[in-house]
Amino acid sequence: MFHDLFFSKAKGRAPKPCPIALSTRVRLARNLREFPFPGRAQSGQKKAVLSKCMEALEKVKNLKTSTSVELDELSELDKQILVERHLISLELSQSDESGGLVLSDDRSCSVMVNEEDHLRIQVLSNGLNFDKVWKLADSLDSGIESSLDYAFDSQLGFLTACPTNLGTGMRASVMMHLPGLVMSKNMDKVINAVNHLGIAVRGLFGEGSDASGSIFQISNQQTLGESESAILERLQDTLENIVHQEKMAREKLMEDDGLRLVDKICRAIGTLKHSHLIQSSEAMDHLSLIRLAADFEFLPEKFRALADRMFIEVQPGHVQLSAGKPIEPGERDRLRADTLRKEFLRIPQLNLDAQVD
Amino acid sequence: MKCHHCDSQATVHLTQIINGQMHKMDLCESCAQEKGVTSPDNLSIGSLLDDQPKMDASTASMTCESCGTTHQDFKKGGRLGCEACYHVFRPVLEPLLDGMHAGINHLGKVPTRSAGKKTVQDDEDALRKALQKAVEEENYEKAAELRDRLKKLHTQSSPTA
Ligand SMILES: [Zn+2]
Ligand SMILES: [Zn+2]
Repeated sequence: MFHDLFFSKAKGRAPKPCPIALSTRVRLARNLREFPFPGRAQSGQKKAVLSKCMEALEKVKNLKTSTSVELDELSELDKQILVERHLISLELSQSDESGGLVLSDDRSCSVMVNEEDHLRIQVLSNGLNFDKVWKLADSLDSGIESSLDYAFDSQLGFLTACPTNLGTGMRASVMMHLPGLVMSKNMDKVINAVNHLGIAVRGLFGEGSDASGSIFQISNQQTLGESESAILERLQDTLENIVHQEKMAREKLMEDDGLRLVDKICRAIGTLKHSHLIQSSEAMDHLSLIRLAADFEFLPEKFRALADRMFIEVQPGHVQLSAGKPIEPGERDRLRADTLRKEFLRIPQLNLDAQVD
Repeated sequence: MKCHHCDSQATVHLTQIINGQMHKMDLCESCAQEKGVTSPDNLSIGSLLDDQPKMDASTASMTCESCGTTHQDFKKGGRLGCEACYHVFRPVLEPLLDGMHAGINHLGKVPTRSAGKKTVQDDEDALRKALQKAVEEENYEKAAELRDRLKKLHTQSSPTA
């Protein structure tokens, strides 16, 4: 099965943990000249686009060691797993025909075919690193373009199905863990402030200013009228500012009522160690506190990486994957709790000396 | 907080700046998906077009000959159907772009294969226009960047760059 192929291979490679910024992503939207965009294309045209793109992708240097699949070949569970890992969009997972995916073996590069646009080129990396991610996306894009004609207009730039993506076609985003701003109830203020700068904030797992796990995806809203480097620079400045605000919020929480914070963390540990039924959103909120405890050095570094891994593994598709068969939601809550109990069985006492200033 | 479209609990909170004004919208998960707002990648302007003045007869009948997209389709879904749509719907699109983006001229990467098709004059005009706008807006940082690019354009007069 598809997921066996990919996910077992990458499992041993623990992601490098990073406080506050979890990962960076750059996505480029591109379309082929002479074909209607996927939303308007006939089934024969979509097929032609798919085979043209797949052929072009085979020749790209950065994708030398990669795997290509057509979405029709994947099971619903495979697709859900890919969505939960942010490797494909929900939109592509629901596409009815001729969707394609090329995924590099290290999973840093993925290209979706026949999503909203003919091509969605995506590069992912741990931590905050626009420089590296943009360079890779840029070279991947140039590699693909060397054998395909893109729809491009000298005034409007790369032409996309949705005018919100015109120009550079670039959406850059960073996943951030912001429990300090959430707990100190400053998240709404931050969201409003960055919105004014043309930057969007969204709770990663579906909610607004109190997203589960306090994880937010922060990205540029505007794609036209600025160069890629200008967009990334502005985003970078904003993100650094948010990191600074988050650090201050954490310090203040600790200063004002450190005991309450420690109590919260310990209760989270208690729940993760002892629950027998747990939903994903509750699990994420507790995992967020584990991550925070590691940032405060109350817990060894490796627990940040464990929290990051568990953020993904508590998602419904991943729980089902670990069961190896279709299961009911209630059963999922039991299995999720089982996994978490096992993983957090040997979690040590908090090292509270770490924070004595 | 209730969803803008139905009575369910709103869990997706969007804020967008359109024409310098802040628009807020709270949606429930299912309405957000219906509107295509599944991630920041897919901010749909369809919902925002509601705020636009009513179509007059001349734009209402616009249709792209090449893919069949009508003005109504665009208003509803916020998406265009093909390259030609960008010529057909240009008059209704341009005022929208101004509020949606940082500018209306592309200043980013240019694909090499179309570099030959694109004249240097096009580049220069676009840059000059953008520069003038930046100066009017007193955005000097941007103006400086644009000036540099204009200079570069002059030094490399061959279109192979
Ligand atoms: Zn609703
Ligand atoms: Zn069209």
